[in-house]
Amino acid sequence: MPLLRRRPPAPVLLLTLLVASAGLTGCAREADPNTITVLNSATDKHEHDQQQKFFDRCAEPLGVKVEQTSVPAAQVATKALRMASSHSMTDILELDGSELPQFADTGGLVPLKTAGVAVDGLSPGAVSMGSFKGTAYGIARSVNTLALFYNTDVLKEAGVTPPATWDELKVAAKKLTRGKMFGMAFSATPDADGVYQFLPFFWSAGGDEARIDNGKGEQAVQLWKDLVTDRSASSAVVTWNQQDVNDQFIAGRTAMMVNGPWQVPVLSQHKSLHWAVTTIPVPVAGKAPVAPMGGTVMTLPRTGDTGRQATAAKILNCLNERRNQVGWGAGVNNIPTRASAAAEYKADNPKLAGFADTVATARSRTAKVGARWPAVSSALAGAFQSVLTGSSSPEAALKRAQSQATAGGE
Amino acid sequence: MSTTTAVPAKSVAASPAVPGRRASRAALTRWLFVAPAVLYMLAFFGYPLVRNVVMSFQHYTPRTFFTGEAPFNGLDNWTAVFGNELFTESLWHTAVFTLGSLLGQFVLGLALAVFFSRRFRLSGFARAVLLLPWLIPMVVSSVVWRKLLDQDTGVLNTLLMNLHLTSEPVPWLSSPSVALLSAILVNIWVGIPFNMVILYGGLQEIPREMYEAASLDGAGPWRTFRSITLPQLRPVITVVLVLGFMSTIKILDLILALTGGGPADSTQTLGTATYQLSFQQLDFGQGAVVGNVLILISAVFAVFYLRANRSDFGQGK
Repeated sequence: MPLLRRRPPAPVLLLTLLVASAGLTGCAREADPNTITVLNSATDKHEHDQQQKFFDRCAEPLGVKVEQTSVPAAQVATKALRMASSHSMTDILELDGSELPQFADTGGLVPLKTAGVAVDGLSPGAVSMGSFKGTAYGIARSVNTLALFYNTDVLKEAGVTPPATWDELKVAAKKLTRGKMFGMAFSATPDADGVYQFLPFFWSAGGDEARIDNGKGEQAVQLWKDLVTDRSASSAVVTWNQQDVNDQFIAGRTAMMVNGPWQVPVLSQHKSLHWAVTTIPVPVAGKAPVAPMGGTVMTLPRTGDTGRQATAAKILNCLNERRNQVGWGAGVNNIPTRASAAAEYKADNPKLAGFADTVATARSRTAKVGARWPAVSSALAGAFQSVLTGSSSPEAALKRAQSQATAGGE
Repeated sequence: MSTTTAVPAKSVAASPAVPGRRASRAALTRWLFVAPAVLYMLAFFGYPLVRNVVMSFQHYTPRTFFTGEAPFNGLDNWTAVFGNELFTESLWHTAVFTLGSLLGQFVLGLALAVFFSRRFRLSGFARAVLLLPWLIPMVVSSVVWRKLLDQDTGVLNTLLMNLHLTSEPVPWLSSPSVALLSAILVNIWVGIPFNMVILYGGLQEIPREMYEAASLDGAGPWRTFRSITLPQLRPVITVVLVLGFMSTIKILDLILALTGGGPADSTQTLGTATYQLSFQQLDFGQGAVVGNVLILISAVFAVFYLRANRSDFGQGK
């Protein structure tokens, strides 16, 4: 007690100081000159290790190390924004292609040309995915897209050939629907998954994300609605994300599904499941499908340290050499963006040729609407969800979507 | 710790022969005791609150994070949000969700608490099992419920159809007219343990003699419940309802994991609307507006809570 009496404020002062100093510790930590930092969404162990393998391969000759910070894909943008405001941004920022315009628009990214990163030889779609207002800010090593997976055993047994047009798709899906198995499955969730799956139908029909109510996209919404009304697809598609759709396919509850190449490792684990991939059916025979191009782009944030930026740029160039692109594409089941690398990938993976073919004509989601994409995406999701749940007609839904997408002005 | 240190401070102040310097030192000491709490409140409640209000009047976009500039734009965010159908819809959904959840949680929680207040074999074990939903992270239970409620493969529909209670699978999460109800049911399931535990605790506090007196007076079970249990439980009921209200109105994780706000926006709440505006569309100004509305609603109920508490505890003690 006497001890306490002599200095009562000591613990109090300590606490006060602690609270006060908490406000000052937000400052950036001292960067290690020999370590290049990366922020990405490689939270999956396999992908994280693949990333590290190629980073190490490119960084070693430069005498530096690469350190990845990986957060879930949905949090990369907000994490990057927090890093930017506290001046602790990483040297390389890997964003989803659809998020690039919003970041480029802030002026916080260095144009690749300025930094000395070359994008020649990459497919035009991939370059446009990494560009904002004509300037390339991000480089995509590999891209993914969507195609039609089908259960070869089921189709053979039913005497159905893989559908190439929408009419064939409707007929095939109806014929394949038996007992607990639906003919067709797709994801129609009100988020990025559902919109990504809607786009190949919407675009192939002539739909335009900049003018959603141009009178052509309705057919795509109608097709989805017809599949559900015919009971060729479950009405629960509005709750299935792409992972759920894949689970349905594996469980033998659907004969066909729309999905991406990233599902291949999971599908391959099921030895008794025999499947093949073809391009997504189109409205009229003979036309090529217009599918969305997805994937991430690597960008160089404006950190003010040109020395580190030059090193990071060298790493990006190295990652995109043909040999490294092929290796990376094979490692994560995505299609390399360098034309020569894509050809090699196709030759190595004949089973996935459907994806390699689609990528050639695939479009980036943000090429037309740029930074407005999030608003457009949520408007499109609202449209197909309201039609699939029967609360709106395709025409009314797309009209409403157009007014929602442009509500923000700009 | 705090009580032992508070004693000397008091004795110094109470001492009659205190010169001016010592008195001011004592005052300073007293303030120093208050300081940590005040600083904590300012840093972790005051600052974010003020910041959020200010942000709702700013054009706050990704650019702000790089340049630090967030120009004021008057009421633009507010008019945009209030003119947005999504906001009015989510306000309505939030009201229905909160009322439905509270009603279900409270009635079932109270029924279980009364049930368990009579001791019987395995009652302790059964009570412990009923606590489980509380221990499971919200996202995990939502994901499990999503599987259970699946239209084609879900356990619930399979059961209903095998019992011939329904010929068609119920579109629990895939129909706009049912999805909000499903979300409420899941939230009731999540909230029952909390209500049960607190109310059970309250029931234990009611003196046995009152029940004995009631039975001597010839009161039946319903009369006893209405005239003794309920009035005696009132302070606890207030606490349960207000705390339940505050945690329900800001619901986000359950909805995101269960339905993602769909189908066709039928389960969008104020929480998901804020999330969508701030973290999906990255319009932090508009997101802050919805956040402010949430804070305002919670604040109104917090005031009710404080007033109700004062009258309840003020009389008894």
